[in-house]
Amino acid sequence: MDHLTALENKSIFIIREAYFRFRNIAMLWSVGKDSTTLLWLVRKAFFGVVPFPVIHIDTTYKFPEMYRFRDEYAKKWGLNLIVGRNEGQVEAGMGPGKGTKLDCCNELKTNALKQIIEKNGFKALLLGIRRDEHGIRAKERVFSPRDENFKWDYENQPAELWDQYKSTAAEDNHFRVHPILHMTELDIWKYMKKENIPLTELYVSKNGKRYRSIGCAPCCSPIDSTASNVDEIIAELESTHTSERAGRAQDKEDAYTMQKLRSLGYM
Amino acid sequence: MEERSLHIVIVGSVDHGKSTLIGRLFFDSGSLPPEKLEEVKRVCAELGRPLEFAYVMDNLEEERTRGITIDIAHTFFATPKRKYVIIDAPGHKEFLKNMISGSSQAEAAILLVEITRGIQEQTLRHCYILSLLGIKQVVVTVNKMDLAGYSEAAFLDLKKRIEEVTMKYGITPSYIIPISAMEGENVAAASDKLSWYKGPTVLQALDNFEEMKIEEKGARFPVQDVYEISGQKIVAGRIEAGRLIEGQGLWVLPGKTKAKVASIKKYLEPDLKEAQTGECVGLILEGAEVKRGDILSETLSPTITRTVHANIFWMIDKDYKLGIPLTFKCATQETRGKIERIRRRFDPASEKEAVTDAASISQAEVAEVDITLSAEVAIERFSDIPELGRFVLEHDGRPVAGGIII
Repeated sequence: MDHLTALENKSIFIIREAYFRFRNIAMLWSVGKDSTTLLWLVRKAFFGVVPFPVIHIDTTYKFPEMYRFRDEYAKKWGLNLIVGRNEGQVEAGMGPGKGTKLDCCNELKTNALKQIIEKNGFKALLLGIRRDEHGIRAKERVFSPRDENFKWDYENQPAELWDQYKSTAAEDNHFRVHPILHMTELDIWKYMKKENIPLTELYVSKNGKRYRSIGCAPCCSPIDSTASNVDEIIAELESTHTSERAGRAQDKEDAYTMQKLRSLGYM
Repeated sequence: MEERSLHIVIVGSVDHGKSTLIGRLFFDSGSLPPEKLEEVKRVCAELGRPLEFAYVMDNLEEERTRGITIDIAHTFFATPKRKYVIIDAPGHKEFLKNMISGSSQAEAAILLVEITRGIQEQTLRHCYILSLLGIKQVVVTVNKMDLAGYSEAAFLDLKKRIEEVTMKYGITPSYIIPISAMEGENVAAASDKLSWYKGPTVLQALDNFEEMKIEEKGARFPVQDVYEISGQKIVAGRIEAGRLIEGQGLWVLPGKTKAKVASIKKYLEPDLKEAQTGECVGLILEGAEVKRGDILSETLSPTITRTVHANIFWMIDKDYKLGIPLTFKCATQETRGKIERIRRRFDPASEKEAVTDAASISQAEVAEVDITLSAEVAIERFSDIPELGRFVLEHDGRPVAGGIII
């Protein structure tokens, strides 16, 4: 079995395990390349149907292209789309210019997510994070339990042997399930090419610049690039040494920002 | 087509230099992103330490300030020959469950032994775990040769003891390599200081590992779930052995009824007639109603039983006492049970003799046990069909032990 097929089968197995175990689950879709790939894999796992809600955490600071892409494919793929917004904080003017970036991510992303989970009582969330994105994410389990405070107990994670994923214990409020944890950035692009997965135009070069990683517009910087299609992006990544999230503001401020955010329930 | 990546776990006792070796391997082979190196340099300067290659892997603040690895990290690495997933495992006994989690995903291993400290308790324990998990391809690196003045005599002395120990645990190391991870000797480039050593570097040894071959076996398909989509019942699962062909007859175990594969389904692949080991597919079946946990099998060779004879390794710090209820999870099968009898129990890191007919098992101990279950399961020897020959035991929803059916 070739590399991409092996990765796909591993992901589909995990997605089906999560759905069997919890039924009351949802997936997070940021509209970026990773969670769009995850959404594609979910469609393949369930023979073209997405049998659970798809959540978009809307900080109100996303790129306009992302909102357009979201609405187009939510309709095309018949998704049950839930848009999650921390309305109280949005109205109070929370933003990247107010307080630290950690506060902003925590309020507009993590707390918006908390509200959605509480309201819907989801027992598990599928997330498109990958181990090669960040050293902290490299430490994650496929099925990662969270307590009622959403705390990630990274110093005492449960054993995870072979493809046997942990059952629910009394202290587990919900699980974060990570079906593409084992894929790299390059794997994602090669898989998107193989499967012809749609992507937002932010990833391709416009006036000599493109985004390698997308999130909120004020906190993302484009990279210099002439890559105008998926083949050229793959060629570019194969010859670069710069890391993927170099253009993301949040990671830079402090060596352990990601660890702090994630221990509080960030994705 | 690109071949899939080879998964390698790095094991050995605490402070023998596992994380440093991986950091060095990345650095010397030019695989480290420049900002990652900058970040590591900055953190080392803040802590007033010299450049610490281990921080490439140890990303938790607690790991860096305490100078230890707490949990496994998976990283990605490639040579011109192939792609690798390198799994860094912690060396402390208290983090053994993390080491086992990492090793359960690996096909090959690098075991580190530090030259001045030699074989330690955790070296023995890790060696035994590799053997139990069926990881046959192992390279041993003797690290911190700089502390022994790159002495060939010191290396040969330790090499002999390593060979004795690995042989006792049924492992034949493909190479035993003298290295200095800190100084980069024999990691990616051959060392002048170790010129008496003629074998491969760590990097070359990685490329000499072989991928596990998929053997031709009768089909096994553990049922993962059943979906109703557009009025059709689709039986979902992954083929764990052999292949499935449209029209094929299969036994439904443990009930021993018969079913026929009317068709094989994959999204966007309408004319699928056949599927291979490792593929996740959907089946339309005729002749039987099936549910999660049923095992579809080409032959009746799996054992149908309520009693499982196995070797288990106890991972948590709370002891098991005979009779405590457990959940047995093997492939997609899950049933209640308990350990009925502990035939033998021992600590692989200790010289002490095994205790027979024991009443309890403690953390990091290994035991040969009989487990009785409340329902029948279909199992096989680990050496025959790995997926049906290994299992996890849970207590109150927490994994407590892993097991291998013998």
